[in-house]
Amino acid sequence: MAKVTLKGLSHSYLKTQSSDADWAIREVDIDWNDGGAYALLGPSGCGKTTLLNIISGLITPTKGDILFDDKIISGLSPVERNIAQIFQFPVIYDTMKVYDNLAFPLRNRKIPEEEIKVKVHEIAEMLELSSTLNNRASGLTADGKQKISLGRGLVRSDVNAIMFDEPLTVIDPHLKWILRSKLKELHQKINRTMIYVTHDQTEALTFADQVVVMHEGQIVQTGTPVDLFEKPKHTFVGYFIGSPGMNVLPCQIKGNDVIVNGKKVETHQQIKKNNFNKTEVGVRPEFISFSNEGIPVKVLSVSNTGRHKIVDTESESGKIKIIAKSNEDIPSGSAFLKFKKEYTYTYGDSWIIE
Amino acid sequence: MKQAKWVVPTIYIIFLMLPIYWLLNMSFKTTTEIINTYTLWPQEFTLDNYKKIFNDSTWYTGYLNSIYYVVMNTVISVAAALPAAYAFSRYKFLGDKHLFFWLLTNRMAPPAVFALPFFQFYSSVNLFDTHVAVALSHCLFNIPLAVWILEGFMSSVPKELDETAYVDGYSFWRFFFKIFIPTITAGIGITMFFCFMFSWVELLLAKTLTAVAAKPIAATMTRTASTSGYELGLLAAAGSLTIIPGAIVIYFVRNYIAKGFALGRV
Amino acid sequence: MNKTVNQKAWFFVIPVFVLVAFNAIIPLMTVVNYAFQETFGNNVFMWEGTRWFKQIMLSERFHASLGRQFLFTFIILFIQIPLGIAIALTMPKEGIGVPVCLVLMSMPLLIPWNVVGAMWNIFALPDIGFLGHSLNALGFDYNFTQQIGDAWFTTILMDVWHWTSLVVLLSYAGLRSIQPAYYQAAEIDGASRWAIFTKIELPKMKKVLTIAILLRFMDSFMIYTEPFVLTGGGPGNATAFLSIDLVKMALGQFDLGPAAAMSLIYFFIVLLVCWVFYTLMMRNEEKS
Repeated sequence: MAKVTLKGLSHSYLKTQSSDADWAIREVDIDWNDGGAYALLGPSGCGKTTLLNIISGLITPTKGDILFDDKIISGLSPVERNIAQIFQFPVIYDTMKVYDNLAFPLRNRKIPEEEIKVKVHEIAEMLELSSTLNNRASGLTADGKQKISLGRGLVRSDVNAIMFDEPLTVIDPHLKWILRSKLKELHQKINRTMIYVTHDQTEALTFADQVVVMHEGQIVQTGTPVDLFEKPKHTFVGYFIGSPGMNVLPCQIKGNDVIVNGKKVETHQQIKKNNFNKTEVGVRPEFISFSNEGIPVKVLSVSNTGRHKIVDTESESGKIKIIAKSNEDIPSGSAFLKFKKEYTYTYGDSWIIE
Repeated sequence: MKQAKWVVPTIYIIFLMLPIYWLLNMSFKTTTEIINTYTLWPQEFTLDNYKKIFNDSTWYTGYLNSIYYVVMNTVISVAAALPAAYAFSRYKFLGDKHLFFWLLTNRMAPPAVFALPFFQFYSSVNLFDTHVAVALSHCLFNIPLAVWILEGFMSSVPKELDETAYVDGYSFWRFFFKIFIPTITAGIGITMFFCFMFSWVELLLAKTLTAVAAKPIAATMTRTASTSGYELGLLAAAGSLTIIPGAIVIYFVRNYIAKGFALGRV
Repeated sequence: MNKTVNQKAWFFVIPVFVLVAFNAIIPLMTVVNYAFQETFGNNVFMWEGTRWFKQIMLSERFHASLGRQFLFTFIILFIQIPLGIAIALTMPKEGIGVPVCLVLMSMPLLIPWNVVGAMWNIFALPDIGFLGHSLNALGFDYNFTQQIGDAWFTTILMDVWHWTSLVVLLSYAGLRSIQPAYYQAAEIDGASRWAIFTKIELPKMKKVLTIAILLRFMDSFMIYTEPFVLTGGGPGNATAFLSIDLVKMALGQFDLGPAAAMSLIYFFIVLLVCWVFYTLMMRNEEKS
């Protein structure tokens, strides 16, 4: 168990780097507390798997340091780092029985057979694998195999961190939910640092206490699921989290006023500086309501999801989505929108202005 | 460790190249040099052996004969195997498994067993000493192989591809030629490589079924060795020339070899 | 894959069936014909029953060539399979080295078999061949046309030269199809290099290795041209493997009856060994 710290970490798969795009990871700083549950969230190709492999030691970063409990471990091999990793596809040793699969990491570390036996049975019990211990591992279903991969990580009681690389990709949807709750339950039981990589916001938000959102090799925001939802620090976080994502509209800043479609909009923060190439206003569909005055829009369509209605409207400077209560009356044709002040943010060059 | 890894393949390749080098070395030597001295490279470099081959029609027709029946066999084998492999990969039908196994058993038949009956059989249908006879006889082992490899490739293509095409209004043959065949080009490439290879290197049947008109180059070589005495240089030159078509074929399929194997049956 | 039942699929198989049957069944019938009868030419046949079979089964000559055949096949499998795997493991996985290795290693596979024999003959000649000359220069009394041990050594070395690449190519393809996650997981689990090989690589290569062993068994069991050109079966009958002996009997001595009976026994042995091997592999597969 350990605290994980990343300092000024950058990585490139190329030998020489000329532009930002050549870097898979750019200047990443992270502090993760011992025993926490963290998620790395981002679309495919954002660098999250690279970051994970750097932490586990499968990839050596181009620049920067990795610290476990404030000790630099950048040069150590995966074995020396003492971490566990669960991959996208279940990795099992086909020829071995389930029991031997679970015992494998312990045997490699020359632990006495009696101790292994106790440990394996304990983990098998936890993962509900006890009845299959004597079966050949290759005969199991995908979720059974993934449980074995997980078990091989959990069986070592001294691991510094357990890392998950999109572990539920190949699992059937109805089992996904079960395995996910299992993971959460395990985390509470064994209280070890867990790092979970995914592109699925539901997985990340339900699993983790702290979510790190990555975009093009950089961390755009770290925070609790509520933070990410209520105060996205980057327009990408706004888009990526939430369904539908945040509305982002171009705006002008004149003095202290924020102008959208010629109308002044009240935002969360006071604008002090204005030296950006691009300025935008962001507000989630949840925080917009119809009103008698405000931003003029045309209502395009309404879809009812059961729990609420999603309304598509078009304003002069782009489409705006609104989430309304399912019993709310939606005006047709022209309407006016009002943004909730405390959840409306201005962004300069995609980053929040504070 | 990283550097040490190069050692094994390098030594192996050197081992593979040595006899080939020696053959080339001999082919550029004069007969006197071969018989009288032991030299690691030709002291009097000569192209006489090659000139002789290209000026003598019994030599170069041997070449053309070989290429002719090998290409013919490759085309027949792949053309016949394509629909059959499709049937094995997509449908169940009466006796399919037995038929597949029976086909494979023919790959296991020693050509020596068939040499004499082939001679009698092809003579009786008046095909003796023709290219067709050799091309057809090589189907014995090449068709089973082609069906086997192609079936593997075809099975890895999802059936949804067929279904989508039919839904889009393709007729079977139009789908087969316009969509299916292009998706398994790598497999066809590998199959042709193997058919070419086994037909090109096989000699027992080719020699048994030919006398003059369709005699393969490799068989012409044995003649030299036995009839005109110790003409090692000439033999070496002819041997060196038979390596070329194979080398060209490998060069063309080099990218398929590793990728293709991994995708298909293997 | 779920296959649909469709009897019309037979139409697709007909060309293959006709072509192979044309080549397999009719000549095989001829062999069967000869095996049970005695002929004096002119299509006059006399029924001999199983006489030729008994004669072959009891003949020492057959036992000897069968023994040589099994010994040869066993030795080359024993060398080529481990060697092929070892080379495949050390081959580069990316970069320019890959096509270079593949092209150079495939070369021996595409050389006509009698050229292989002729090439090795020239290569191994004691006076002017590189191999023969070098061995003699090193103090070995090497002459493959005179000494039985040398003849075997040369034949085996030639076969290793000729066919190891097939095992390499197949193994290499098998290794390439292993997901990188397996190696990463093994690294994290602290597996030794040997454990990675036995627990990951070998099991994943099982399918290709089965094919490699089957192909190498079949082809080495049928070997004819290369040793025929290299040693002519000699010295004496020391390297007269089954096919060489068979051709000698059929074409050299024109003993068609015994030769035909021997052909059938020979074919039957190949089928039997392949079938046993295949069934064992399949049973293993089902267990897992």
